[in-house]
Amino acid sequence: MAFDAQAERNFKVVGTRVLRPDGIDKVTGKAAYGADISAPGMLHGRILRSPHAHARIVSIDVSEAEKLPGVKAVVTGADLAQPEDDAFSDVAINCLARDKALYDGHAVAAVAATSKSIAKQAIRLIKVDYEVLPHVTDVDEAMKPDAPVVQEGRALETVPAGMSQNVTTHCQFGHGDLEAGFAKADKIIERSFKTAATHQGYIEPQACMASLGNDGRGEVWCCTQGQYMVRANCAAALGVEESQLRITASEIGGGFGGKTSTFIEPVALALSRKAGKPVKIVMTRDEVLKATGPTISSSMDIKIGMTKDGRITAGQGVLRYSGGAYPNATVEMGAQAAFAAYNLEAVETIGWNAMTNRPKEIPYRAPGAPTAIYAVESVVDELCQELGLDPLDVRLMNAADKGTLSSYGPTFNEIGLVATLEAAKAHPHYTAPLGPNQGRGLSCGFWFNFGGNTCVSLNINDDGTVGVVEGNPDIGGSRASISMMAAEEMGVPYEKVRTVIADTSSLGFNDITDGSRVTFAVGLATIQAARAAIKEMCRRVAKIWDIDEDAVIWEDGCAKPAGPNAGTHPPMTLAEIAAIAGKTGGPIAGHHEVNADGAGVSFGVHLCDTEVDPETGAVKILRYTVFQDAGKAVHPDYVEGQMQGGAVQGIGWALNEEYIYGEDGRLQNAGFLDYRVPVASDLPEIETVILEIPNPGHPYGVRGVGETPIVPPLAAIANAVSRAAGVRMTELPMSPPRLLKAITG
Amino acid sequence: MRYVKPESFEAAATLLRDEDGISRILAGGTDVLVQLKAEMVEPDLMVDLKHLPGMREIVAEDGGFRIGAAVSGAELGEHAALKALWPGVVEGVELIGSSQVQSRATMAGNLCTGSPAGDSVPAMVTAGAVARVQGPDGVRDVPVIDIPTGPGKNSLSKGEFITSIYLPARPARAADAYLRFIPRTEMDIAVSSAAVSLELDADGVVTSAQVALGAVAPTVLLVKDAGEALVGSKLDETAIAALVSAVEAACNPITDKRGTIEFRTKTAGVLAKRAAHIAYTRAGGQA
Amino acid sequence: MKTIPVETTINGDSTEFLCNADESLLDVLRDRLGLTGAKEGCGTGDCGACSVMMNGRLVCSCLVLGVETQGAEIETIEGMAKGEELHPLQRVFLEEAALQCGVCTPGILIAAKALLEKNPDPTDTEVRYWLAGNLCRCTGYDKIIKAVQTAAAEMRSA
Repeated sequence: MAFDAQAERNFKVVGTRVLRPDGIDKVTGKAAYGADISAPGMLHGRILRSPHAHARIVSIDVSEAEKLPGVKAVVTGADLAQPEDDAFSDVAINCLARDKALYDGHAVAAVAATSKSIAKQAIRLIKVDYEVLPHVTDVDEAMKPDAPVVQEGRALETVPAGMSQNVTTHCQFGHGDLEAGFAKADKIIERSFKTAATHQGYIEPQACMASLGNDGRGEVWCCTQGQYMVRANCAAALGVEESQLRITASEIGGGFGGKTSTFIEPVALALSRKAGKPVKIVMTRDEVLKATGPTISSSMDIKIGMTKDGRITAGQGVLRYSGGAYPNATVEMGAQAAFAAYNLEAVETIGWNAMTNRPKEIPYRAPGAPTAIYAVESVVDELCQELGLDPLDVRLMNAADKGTLSSYGPTFNEIGLVATLEAAKAHPHYTAPLGPNQGRGLSCGFWFNFGGNTCVSLNINDDGTVGVVEGNPDIGGSRASISMMAAEEMGVPYEKVRTVIADTSSLGFNDITDGSRVTFAVGLATIQAARAAIKEMCRRVAKIWDIDEDAVIWEDGCAKPAGPNAGTHPPMTLAEIAAIAGKTGGPIAGHHEVNADGAGVSFGVHLCDTEVDPETGAVKILRYTVFQDAGKAVHPDYVEGQMQGGAVQGIGWALNEEYIYGEDGRLQNAGFLDYRVPVASDLPEIETVILEIPNPGHPYGVRGVGETPIVPPLAAIANAVSRAAGVRMTELPMSPPRLLKAITG
Repeated sequence: MRYVKPESFEAAATLLRDEDGISRILAGGTDVLVQLKAEMVEPDLMVDLKHLPGMREIVAEDGGFRIGAAVSGAELGEHAALKALWPGVVEGVELIGSSQVQSRATMAGNLCTGSPAGDSVPAMVTAGAVARVQGPDGVRDVPVIDIPTGPGKNSLSKGEFITSIYLPARPARAADAYLRFIPRTEMDIAVSSAAVSLELDADGVVTSAQVALGAVAPTVLLVKDAGEALVGSKLDETAIAALVSAVEAACNPITDKRGTIEFRTKTAGVLAKRAAHIAYTRAGGQA
Repeated sequence: MKTIPVETTINGDSTEFLCNADESLLDVLRDRLGLTGAKEGCGTGDCGACSVMMNGRLVCSCLVLGVETQGAEIETIEGMAKGEELHPLQRVFLEEAALQCGVCTPGILIAAKALLEKNPDPTDTEVRYWLAGNLCRCTGYDKIIKAVQTAAAEMRSA
């Protein structure tokens, strides 16, 4: 759907800072999240998890647990179906292991009991006989030919010689003559990087309440980024039909991609089916960190050539990612994103994925991109340092723009990178003085954005108000932005519109809330649904006025005659039309169903000043500014909020967040005490500069904004720290022991 | 689990002595409830002592202060006179956990839990603090440094518990300071820490110095020669260098998820140096 | 396990409940009293989502036993607004978009209210350190700090 070619559209609602519709419930404690709902007769579920990184499950004896008074059901992997499709099968096996426990924390059995404490006791009565197997948690180790194989039979069809059967994915992107490119360079830098896995760190642990009868009919209430995804995963894992499962998404306490899979819903349904009662499962923080989605961990080699005046002549990268114990293709997105900010004659990125005994990777905000771009942007920065060049000027000189053949294939349309870089250059932050032990870093960031399958229903109510029904959980204020676009299009005040999130039985299929797609794709479908409703209203009015449909136009919330030839009818308001809808043909609604494309890629630039304590390796973030092309910013407050929140998650990734595994392959920091997300006192103000380069693929020019902001911080901070400390940092996180060691040699 | 609020200290001691199962004392609860949640311990008996006389009071005594074992960090931080006398002890206690944890966490709990990284312990040690211990056979006073015996362990016998901690009087021109290293600015366990307590003469020369370190050995360490390195100086470079090398020599840390041996050793020296300068300035010394 | 009767005051209302000795105040509020505004983000005092006031002090309700609240005064997010009138912090959080997913919001509001009662005119740094025990993963804290300051200024001039 194309951008409305209006020279200067005067938005009335879009671009304002209205109050969000779910706000009062959220500031008063009324909003119902995953764990906040209970049902009569409900049981409490609890999951037993593997204490081993890798072990064959020889047997599971649940008889003692079943005997404990108050225990109503015990299930193991044998109670779930075995879907043929690999993707569904992986989810099912991840919910309850079958033959092997693949990582520390892998679920192996579950109980439902009349109280939480009985469930806790029952778990301890389950006897699992494990045959402990050798394990591997490091991606480089996992790729070696003699590494323990995490899952047999999942490797690439042809694994190259010298690599392990853990290697599941290979990809290659690029164009041009690398050799010729490097030959033109005055300086070539080649460096290797490693990054630790991090976790989305949503504050609300996964929680669900589920009920399933032996007739295959079921209900699930859960916190998720996609109720239709939950339905598909549950139907496959339980062997029931999708039409018989109704999934309702609760308010969601953060996701960031982490709630785009299922961990507990199929287990709760299986327990419920066995017990004949509703079952609630709420994960603990320890379980969330051990068994839900961390990111990939990575090892990367980057080689870039540059002329002495700053032209990049060639770029080459090899990315080795591990997405945990299952085949994983996140490396493809990393390989595509790595050099996306540059207009290059010669570029090549190769990606590999290897299985490790770690939890299954689940997307985290721009999955795959932050690490790859961190490595590239670090080498670009080092080249600038070595050649004495201004890092912003070098990026401007090489920036991708409209018409650039991107490093991953497509040719870019209207993109905002140059404007974003220019905004950064013009900002006072870029030239502010620095003190001793301080350094300034910058990085570009990129994300593809996504459209996807979307359904919207828009109903005209008889009192002249508008109801929008959409199918994507609201993770950052999207009910507000969708209502705003509906109001804009209908020409009614924002307050006249209410948007609700449908359960899976009330609206057709929608892709999950991911890929920064909701404001773009649901917005687009909402505008189209509104236009359909408007068209119907104009048709009804044309009948009343007894003129041609084409002679009625819609303006400021009213049907009006198109011109003098259409007659002199007084405008009919939406409310007036709605009030008599029963007499003009019945209820009025608009629908739109689409697999949206044209999402429009997004670029950002982050500037960061840090101070390093050379005696302890402590890093202080002194100043931080985010510049991003948001397309049309529908609700600027929440666009800024995405930019700030993403930046701070990136700051955590850069400095202190990491999955730490012991020699035994067990996760050592499964809690918020030692999995260190940034706290308020770690941070300065996060300044934001929104650029609005309209996306040609959306009627209002909207682009997704949520993911790009987590991409630049890793390199922006690494570059700032490297400059402040006088030593190039090539491993994340740059925790104080690691940084102090680099400084002191 | 049984939850009991005994009527007296003596009754509590008897109850604890006679318990056959696992018992725990509930003061602030900020450690024991975490252990319960993590299923690290399942006590049969939980004894709440917060209501007993003196447990929540700070009382002036012989120029110093007696602090009830259930006095929270927040209450301690609100006591101006105590803060003026032992600023390092108070800042150590105030570093334990969040604002929420400060409402509950206690010095006595921080001491008895036996963590080598407990933030209140190093400065209590340099202050020469004394714990009053109630047991089935009566009351005894034990220097704070003798309470922890290793990670998660303490020297108290079955039935014994701390009822108060005494911080002694001190002369004019004396002060203390505590610093810790954490990766974030809040909410972390100390990776290393140092407390320094100094007394100066009229000319600003150090006449007495105590240095204690946290998180660099199985228990908090009182490093005598580190303190001695400062005596007779005005914290000149030589004295500081001697302090740092004495501190580094005393460190016997481990490498774990929070830090390495090298990092803990190096930062302990840096923190001791910085804490010494703060204590010196607080005591009225001019470098 | 035998349950223990407890009498307490919650948001000004005298309340009686039965709980197990090892049950946290958070579990009592959520599971026994239906007050689900306090959230469990960690259960170990590291996230602050379960913050409530107990006898005028800010606490993590996951680190308090239900039985300890005998005779205590508890205030939760459910008692922060007076009828339909929001507390200035609640209103400003909404007006200034200081929440995204909202799951940390009840705890942060309770904690911020406790701060402003103790220190009506805090610096940004003081607000940041006071709220360090309240994790927020969505906002990067920026708008939260600004909203606390806006509400503080409003409350000072009221």
